[in-house]
Amino acid sequence: MATVEIPADMELVYKYPESLTEAHTHYCPGCTHGVIHRLIAEVLDELGVRERTIGIAPVGCSVLAYYYFNMDFAEAAHGRAPAMATGLKRVSPDKVVFTYQGDGDLAAIGTAEIIHAVNRGELFTTIFVNNAIYGMTGGQMAPTTLPGQVTTSSPYGRDVETAGFPIHMAELVGQLPGAAYVTRQAVLDVPGIRRTKKAIKLAFQTQLAGLGFSMVEVLSTCGTNWHMGPLEALEWAKEHMVEYFPLGDTKMTDRVRALKEGK
Amino acid sequence: MAKELWEGNAAIAEAAIRAGVEAFFGYPITPQTEVLEHFSKRLPELGRVFLQAESEVASINMVYGAACAGARVMTSSSSPGVSLMQEGFSYIACSEVPAVVTNIMRGGPGLGNVQPAQGDYFQAVKSAGHGDFHMIVLAPANVQEAIDLMVLAFDLAEKYRTIVMFVADGSIGQMMEPAEMPPMRPVRPPEERPDWALTGAQGRKPNIITSLYLGAENMERVNLRLQAKLKEIAANEVRWKEYSTEDADLLLVAFGTVGRVCQTVVREAREKGLKVGLLRPITLWPFPSGRIAELAEQVRGVLVVEMNAGQMVEDVRLAVEGRRPVRFYGRMGGPIPLPDEILPEMEKLDAECR
Ligand SMILES: Cc1ncc(C[n+]2csc(CCOP(=O)(O)OP(=O)(O)O)c2C)c(N)n1
Repeated sequence: MATVEIPADMELVYKYPESLTEAHTHYCPGCTHGVIHRLIAEVLDELGVRERTIGIAPVGCSVLAYYYFNMDFAEAAHGRAPAMATGLKRVSPDKVVFTYQGDGDLAAIGTAEIIHAVNRGELFTTIFVNNAIYGMTGGQMAPTTLPGQVTTSSPYGRDVETAGFPIHMAELVGQLPGAAYVTRQAVLDVPGIRRTKKAIKLAFQTQLAGLGFSMVEVLSTCGTNWHMGPLEALEWAKEHMVEYFPLGDTKMTDRVRALKEGK
Repeated sequence: MAKELWEGNAAIAEAAIRAGVEAFFGYPITPQTEVLEHFSKRLPELGRVFLQAESEVASINMVYGAACAGARVMTSSSSPGVSLMQEGFSYIACSEVPAVVTNIMRGGPGLGNVQPAQGDYFQAVKSAGHGDFHMIVLAPANVQEAIDLMVLAFDLAEKYRTIVMFVADGSIGQMMEPAEMPPMRPVRPPEERPDWALTGAQGRKPNIITSLYLGAENMERVNLRLQAKLKEIAANEVRWKEYSTEDADLLLVAFGTVGRVCQTVVREAREKGLKVGLLRPITLWPFPSGRIAELAEQVRGVLVVEMNAGQMVEDVRLAVEGRRPVRFYGRMGGPIPLPDEILPEMEKLDAECR
């Protein structure tokens, strides 16, 4: 990375996060995984915890997240990241632990692991990327796929009569007493990206304060498997996903609210 | 330390505690539940971690996570639960983190029953999970040996950064015997965790623990490294016990509870004038093939006795390589083969090999 002298009369206001490596990601053009990685990295930098953070990557498109985050990382089996995070955090209570999971990983194969980790109030943070599809395996139906949505394994559109309805994980998880802060955000435009960053920061602050489990569900796009260009994908998500998956907090305990308001 | 009366399952848990286990994650299943219950009482009072997981899938992945942090950690289960853990075994083996798992085997297949059995030999020794790997497999025959092997299990797991399985059956888990516990080892403090562990990249490059190697050459390189390690284990860690083999011309091979029963068979056979010896494998993997091959030169025939349909007998045959007849006697699903049943088999072998 090039280093530049900053003239004395200027102030550095924006830089490449230390919590990211310099590796180029393998994500498709327009994929929002990269944006979300960057937001997490900025937050960890701002909180000054990079050197005591341990991430857990899922099985999914972000399986190689450990190449992009500049910190200790483990790679879990499909859906098991919350169980791994539980084991890790229980024996390392002074570390900051987070899982990064897709919707197939968290809301299908790993449903039991996430629900019980939340229910125990495990002190880690989950970043849950909902792109309404299985990206890595080539665009099959996910538990979050919208009714009628065509995927490679729902070629006639998701039929809720036979395939069930999309799962609202933020609502489901937010109900559990172990959850301290759960929210759904979207990285589909600049204001949304800013709000998502604030949410991610609050989620990690919740963990640092030992207040309970925290999760940020992030509505995301998969232009490649939706067969759309990057901009079209953002528009489609705004039009269809946000309607089905309303944005906002599904859980904020009083103590998290006090933390947010700086009390 | 003096001998005390210990129940097998509680002894296994207490031995792990004495060996410095920092965390236990598990799920109840008969006939090993007393292992979990002992931990649930003792670990919190010692300020260590006990967690009852939502499933065996979760417990093995909690073990995986805690092992990545460099902590001494274990789980325990019985046959159906161990089947659920196999995904985790494979990931742990490839990631090369140390972990200890006990399988207090019960009757199967399916839900089976809660009677003592050895039907999981193949699973433990040959097909622990997908991909090419072996676990170190330790098989005690009594409560004292269970205690000693539990301590050894952690040392081997950490020495080789591998997964160690401890297999016993319900009869060892639930029998009471006088046994001696080792002294309490101090728990390793977090600042002394190994340098490969995930402890936060403070003043060093990040550590990554993964089992994903996308390139063909890359994956083969990892496999070759794992195989080299297994070879080293096979060269250094084979353990077994022999009884009256010096002058034996007939050999019994049996492990665990059956290995213990066969000690009586040796005595009774000798009273009848048959020169029988017994080899009892303690490590089921690596298997004492070399010693069995040597003894095959000395004896006229071999009888393998197991609480299954004939699983270890395949490894004995591989070791004997057709030099001598290898016969099998087994019971399945709960009955323990008794000397009265085994002795006639021994006499048959004697007649066959004259
Ligand atoms: C046990 C197991 N089953 C299936 C797979 C195959 N698989 C890999 S990624 C994936 C889906 C991932 O989708 P998602 O979690 O939505 O993440 P995305 O790729 O969309 O980011 C599947 C089914 C696997 N690796 N392991």
